Amino acid sequence: MLPRFWRKIKYRYDIVGSVCETCNTKYYPPRNFCPICRRRSSIKEEMFEGKGKVLSYTVVHDTPEEYKLEKPYIIALIELDNGPVITSQVVCSENEIRTGMRVKKAFRKYFEDGEDGIIYYGTKFVPDED
Amino acid sequence: MERVAIIGVGQSEFGELWDSGFREIVLKAGIDAIEDAGLEGKEIEAIYIGNMSGGRYLAQEHIAALIADYSGLAELGVPATRVEAADASGGLALRQAYLSVASGVHDIVIAAGAEKVTDVGSEMTTDIMASSADREWEGFVGATIPALYALMARKHFEMYGTTPEDLARVSVKNHKNGALNPKAQFKREITVEDVLNSPKVAEPLRLLDCAPLSDGAAAVILANEKIAREYTDNLVFIKSCTQASDYLALHSRRDITTMEAVRKAASLAYKMAEVSSQNIDVVEIHDSFTIAEIMAYEDLGFVEKGKGAELIREGITELDGSLPVNPSGGLKACGHAIGATGIRQAVEITSQLRGEAGKRQVDCETGLSLNIGGTGATAVVTIYGVV
Amino acid sequence: MKAGVVAYGTYIPRFRIRAEEIARVWGENPENIRSGLGVFQKSIPDIDEDTATISVEAAREAIERSGIDPERIGAIFVGSESHPYAVKPTATIVGDALGCGNFFHAADFEFACKAGTAGIQTCLGMVKSRMIEFGLAIGADTSQSAPGDPLEYSASAGGAAFIIGDKPIAEIESTLSFTSDTPDFWRREGQPYPSHGGRFTGTPAYFRHVISAARKIMEENGYKAEDFDYAVFHQPNGKFPVRAARMLGFRKEQIEQGLVVRMVGNTYSGSSILGFSAVLDIAKPGEKVLLVSFGSGAGSDAFIFNITDRIESYPRKPAVWDKINQGVHVDYSTYLKLRKKIKMK
Repeated sequence: MLPRFWRKIKYRYDIVGSVCETCNTKYYPPRNFCPICRRRSSIKEEMFEGKGKVLSYTVVHDTPEEYKLEKPYIIALIELDNGPVITSQVVCSENEIRTGMRVKKAFRKYFEDGEDGIIYYGTKFVPDED
Repeated sequence: MERVAIIGVGQSEFGELWDSGFREIVLKAGIDAIEDAGLEGKEIEAIYIGNMSGGRYLAQEHIAALIADYSGLAELGVPATRVEAADASGGLALRQAYLSVASGVHDIVIAAGAEKVTDVGSEMTTDIMASSADREWEGFVGATIPALYALMARKHFEMYGTTPEDLARVSVKNHKNGALNPKAQFKREITVEDVLNSPKVAEPLRLLDCAPLSDGAAAVILANEKIAREYTDNLVFIKSCTQASDYLALHSRRDITTMEAVRKAASLAYKMAEVSSQNIDVVEIHDSFTIAEIMAYEDLGFVEKGKGAELIREGITELDGSLPVNPSGGLKACGHAIGATGIRQAVEITSQLRGEAGKRQVDCETGLSLNIGGTGATAVVTIYGVV
Repeated sequence: MKAGVVAYGTYIPRFRIRAEEIARVWGENPENIRSGLGVFQKSIPDIDEDTATISVEAAREAIERSGIDPERIGAIFVGSESHPYAVKPTATIVGDALGCGNFFHAADFEFACKAGTAGIQTCLGMVKSRMIEFGLAIGADTSQSAPGDPLEYSASAGGAAFIIGDKPIAEIESTLSFTSDTPDFWRREGQPYPSHGGRFTGTPAYFRHVISAARKIMEENGYKAEDFDYAVFHQPNGKFPVRAARMLGFRKEQIEQGLVVRMVGNTYSGSSILGFSAVLDIAKPGEKVLLVSFGSGAGSDAFIFNITDRIESYPRKPAVWDKINQGVHVDYSTYLKLRKKIKMK
């Protein structure tokens, strides 16, 4: 898990994905091959807007072991402004979350490998009041 | 292409089988199928086994060799192949077996599916299941499989007016059918209120919207028509068995209320079987979550997109409706033994078409089963007929 | 070369706990706490927040507001006494999260509550010597306190980030430090909570260092208390900074804006610089600010800042006080869970 996480740090710590310059489709997580243009794909890395809106969400009560302290937490599909759709956590109260809600990125901890393991940080979202 | 018939079916109990290990349940299903077909066993030319995660549930890979060994077929050198597509592994095994007979390479083969899940704890199980979606970009952030189905459900609610009560009705129907199935894990009826009052798993999905993960195994014997006729007159043919893929992660899909893989596999299956969705008499659907059954009504073409809930509201998919779905009780009541499910569905449709389904027997000549992997990145559709 | 703060950003977690709620659990009289300690409530980090996440959020605000290309930042110092790792820097996490590339200097500082200002001084030296163009100094903490300890009323979470360079919004006219080996407050390796010398933390520690550093920098630069528009002192509680200000001859109006501790608690490495940020939020060109931090163990860093015209075009909303005044109050048991003080399997 450690090298596997490290390899993607850049893409987790901020919303760095990719864009196919042939068809202008944006991808997050990044792809190095565009499924639409295939061999004509021309992939470039791109940092996406840290703002967007909630397309769908769920409040998760039955959680994996590493998330038990966060129970319940919110998972959402978020459509980034001028960007792709991303699966992420939204940090807010259960009563606050709704589809269409504006959200912005936040740097947060996802989980840790126990008390003596490494800490997995990444991008989550919080309500965007502005 | 050879016509392919199912000449024997077998299955173990599904549920928490504390006394039985992986080897015992697979053997039970296999021996039942061989006996049902009237074979001795050594006629079998190849083994195809669907299993999602022996590596993590049992720390045992090389599952196919294990089964060849314990079934006595390793003694004869019979080739054994494990296939994996999360909880569509069973469907894939059926398809590989079907292709091997249809192609003329083999005359008679066994397709099995098996999973032993209760040797690990429930949190480990949640984690293992999460590996059927995108581990790095969905599982990592805490998007469990129920959570991902919940995202689909909420979108379906918002776009098409489907309600939690509609989802509950699916579960109620499947439990009602399961009560008539001696092999079902849950042989008891429940009410809409039971579902709506059950604990929240991933809103809007509740515990009774989710199929249990179970131990279990199932097996079917396939043969070409000529061989099949030597063993039985009550033939069930596989008229087509198709498979399609979709993007692994939900965030990559254009519309999360549609399973494109189901649509594509179904459309090809109807074409190859030369039937339409309107010709189907009985269906087994992969209701790992209640919303999946409603979406499948639409994606299999039984009703237009967005109207899936109408079928359950109007009782059309009840046992006595015009299109009985999950007469076995489905994954919800039978238990979802992951890699075994696709084969268990084939066992049910075969029993139905043979007229051997007992109290849950429906009037049918053509059946269909849909087996889904993960959140729909793999779909296997099989169409069965008595002619 | 004139150098100083070219950008600043702050972060305060959204949860709060009131002093009364803590007092209720431990059988203390809440009025004694409010009046005795001068802390009414404190901030609490969310379950998924720590010094690294607070640092990144504060630094991102500074970068966003200033528009500085992160790759031009040549050094990152994160000062904290609650670094997520005992060994492995927080600064590298911050650098990667901000997109600073790989050619930057990084180190973590620890000096109780003054590790943040230590970073500012280090950045200033590197900028003035032209080793780097911009330096990022962060003071952030999710400070620890043993359940039932008086520290529990104040030890809070938050942080502030400063980008140091030339063309500042707040020029550093002068800075110096006063340091001695004074064990007033400490945490031994492997211990979850700090220990302290009780009343010993006052006169020989906080007051001696803060007053000595402040007097020296004012004397060296020829200033008196009335020459400053604002003064900010380290604020472990609501009492000490007020008394220090009085001892140095500052009026209440000069310290009020930067006195954030009553409503946010002691954010340790973020404490004095969060107060300073609150001052920057309203400061006008030409104004003069005195900042004196204090770190147990012990030392004080003193700074004289001159606010420049550039501050008028620097975006300052939401302000520190806006962030302080928001927040969701939780009860003591939620607080224990959020701070992971419940022993679990």
